[in-house]
Amino acid sequence: MNNYSIIIAGVGGQGVILAGNIIGDAAIASGYDVKKTDTIGMAQRGGSVISHLRMAPKIYSPLIGENRADIVLSFEKMEAARCFNFLKPGGIVILNNREMPPLSVGCGKEEYPSDNEILSFLKQKTDSIYFVEGSTKSAAIGNIKVLNIFMLGCLSQFLDIEGNVWRESIIKSLPAKIVAINISAFDSGIQSVKPQ
Amino acid sequence: MSTNKKLLSGNEAIALGAYHAGVKVAAAYPGTPSTEILENLAEYKDIYAEWSTNEKVAMEVGVGASYGGARTLVSMKHVGLNVAADPFMAVAITGINGGLVIISADDPGAMSSQNEQDNRHFAKLAKIPMLEPSDSQEAYDMVMAAFDISEQFDTPVLLRTTTRISHSKTIVETGNNSRRQVEDKVFKHNFRKYVMLPANARARRPLVEVRVEKLASFSETCVFNFVIKGSPELGIITSGMSYQYVKEVFPEASILKLGFSYPMPQELIKEFSSRVKKLIVIEELDPFIEEYVKSLGIVVTGKEFVPIIGELTTDVIEKAGCAMGILSEYPGTKADYKKSALPGRFPLLCSGCPHSGLFYTLSNIAQRSTIPGKKQREPKLIISGDIGCYTLGALSPLNAMDSCGCMGASIGNAIGMQKAGASEKLVAIIGDSTFLHSGITGLIDAVYNKAKFTLVILDNRTTAMTGHQEHPGTGKTAQGEDTYAVNLEEMVKACGVTNLQVVNAWDVKAIKTTLKASLECDGLSVIISRGPCAVSVRRGINPGKVDINKCTSCGLCLSIGCSAIRKAGDKIVIDGSLCAGDNCRLCEQICPVKAIYPDKPGLIGANSE
Repeated sequence: MNNYSIIIAGVGGQGVILAGNIIGDAAIASGYDVKKTDTIGMAQRGGSVISHLRMAPKIYSPLIGENRADIVLSFEKMEAARCFNFLKPGGIVILNNREMPPLSVGCGKEEYPSDNEILSFLKQKTDSIYFVEGSTKSAAIGNIKVLNIFMLGCLSQFLDIEGNVWRESIIKSLPAKIVAINISAFDSGIQSVKPQ
Repeated sequence: MSTNKKLLSGNEAIALGAYHAGVKVAAAYPGTPSTEILENLAEYKDIYAEWSTNEKVAMEVGVGASYGGARTLVSMKHVGLNVAADPFMAVAITGINGGLVIISADDPGAMSSQNEQDNRHFAKLAKIPMLEPSDSQEAYDMVMAAFDISEQFDTPVLLRTTTRISHSKTIVETGNNSRRQVEDKVFKHNFRKYVMLPANARARRPLVEVRVEKLASFSETCVFNFVIKGSPELGIITSGMSYQYVKEVFPEASILKLGFSYPMPQELIKEFSSRVKKLIVIEELDPFIEEYVKSLGIVVTGKEFVPIIGELTTDVIEKAGCAMGILSEYPGTKADYKKSALPGRFPLLCSGCPHSGLFYTLSNIAQRSTIPGKKQREPKLIISGDIGCYTLGALSPLNAMDSCGCMGASIGNAIGMQKAGASEKLVAIIGDSTFLHSGITGLIDAVYNKAKFTLVILDNRTTAMTGHQEHPGTGKTAQGEDTYAVNLEEMVKACGVTNLQVVNAWDVKAIKTTLKASLECDGLSVIISRGPCAVSVRRGINPGKVDINKCTSCGLCLSIGCSAIRKAGDKIVIDGSLCAGDNCRLCEQICPVKAIYPDKPGLIGANSE
């Protein structure tokens, strides 16, 4: 049984919290102790959302310390960089290639960082960076809102939780009428990364 | 049901524990991080759960229910207990009948609050027992025990959580527990216990001290106060969330964990202290435990190294451990990484927010708006604000708020500033739920004392900031029943207000005319700006589109602070997936060259993010 400390990052409305709950559920079903906490603040109003999820035989602190996240799973490009302090040297970053400019950028007061800036910044700690086209693929599947489950598909490639356990947790956590499209998104996520 | 393992937040665990303990009545006012307790309890149809008008009323309902014989839970955020302090202190003297558990959800780090006060002091002030869980399992176990303690010692019990406990999800095993059938108690007429005339209050006073003594000896053997034997070199006394961090940072240390943290177990602390070479206290916020330990004449280290401000984390404790010389090096950041100045992503009013039109207009009249490239003007008016989503009107680009302290304060503050001789015209801004919570008494005061200012009630028909809870103006109860909806107009008039206007929250022209007229009149005026919350309406059809041939990129539409409108290069674009469309049309009204128009229907909908 491996230990994982996972940061899930995104913007209010992207389904970060639900994604974390599904990971937690799948981890419990796989026999892990799990703790999950969100630094959500006033995120429903468009702020950053960061979820901390830890799974191991026994967990104390739900918060992940600096340089201790094995994986950063980011639903938005810049938000991955915002979680840099948590990422452990040599850790894994999975980031959705989707740009959501905050108001300060929209007003022209600040600039959204370029892909290169984000990459070179993250590369200070790791080369295991996986760019995925989550929003594009989710839209192609039929609804951009399935992005969070797509991202779980990507994440599943790095954890020792079995595929059917993931699928059961997804089915349990969603209304029946949207399960099929989300399972497609999960499968698409699995296909979208190949761990090096 | 023996494999009953659930991943629950502290709040969910408290609700489940209370339900299993046989709670019959629950009352609360929404407030982060406490809100989900009552939301979860309201789901049980075999108990009574209400959103109260405010925390004071919630506490009074809870006290009444307890006197009436029911096991009762009252929940609120830390500052809510300030509002409820009067009945809270009263029930501490009278004691209870049915078990009474009061939840105070504190917010170290002030993540969603105006302060980070440490409500453990309230247990000491009221001389009542306090429990502090360190995860959801303890929250579940403690709330069940709290009802028994309450009834055993004839006292309300304070269960104090923090944001990290309330909102973290951890595993809870409920075994074979189901709802306990608690014997029904009835109200017993007892003049000396329940009628706090001075003579009766004086008679009960010694009983409170006797109760504290009994509780102190209970604390010595309470299962929630325990020692984890480790190295005799280092002993750590801790409570609540800090316990988890301590376990992680100092796995070898001996630990005294205080779950029943008032009154504290004197003998247990003395005994523990005598068995370790170095003693430290690690607790969040104030030196509540530390001062008590010091009062016993024990040498202890704590707040010289552990911050008194903000939330603790393993990183913070590791740094403190290094400073104390217990840890040799801080295992956190080792290398010096290049910093990246990322654009901030701060909360803002949602696109289509019914408050935006009012704030946009007020911001213009008060000369607060910042149009890119234009010089900031000298601000006009004094705008007294209040607690809710609309506090975000204080932020750029609106900048339309000059004060905000606590629930309902906008009105009293405006009265005071006017009476102090403020040279500027005054505007007070308050939301519907906050007005009902504690604005009404301020308005009555304003009329009574002939105050002169303009009150704006932003009526979005919900308690939006905490996640859309019902309130006395919505026509629905916490458990989903239809009920009378307070008529704000009638209520304002009944307070004695004669100058009252009601405007549509998205009609910029009407808002401007009404605001200007109200500001010109000499007395007290009230404007109700009405429009349902954008989040409850969800996305509209016909998102706005910019005609690039007409648009001059003047930037006026950017000063609304709408997340759907942004500057891309030197062009203005509207993100159709974020725009509220027909539910708003604010930017269309303010564009001086009429460059914004509704796009064809059907372009957004299911695929909007």
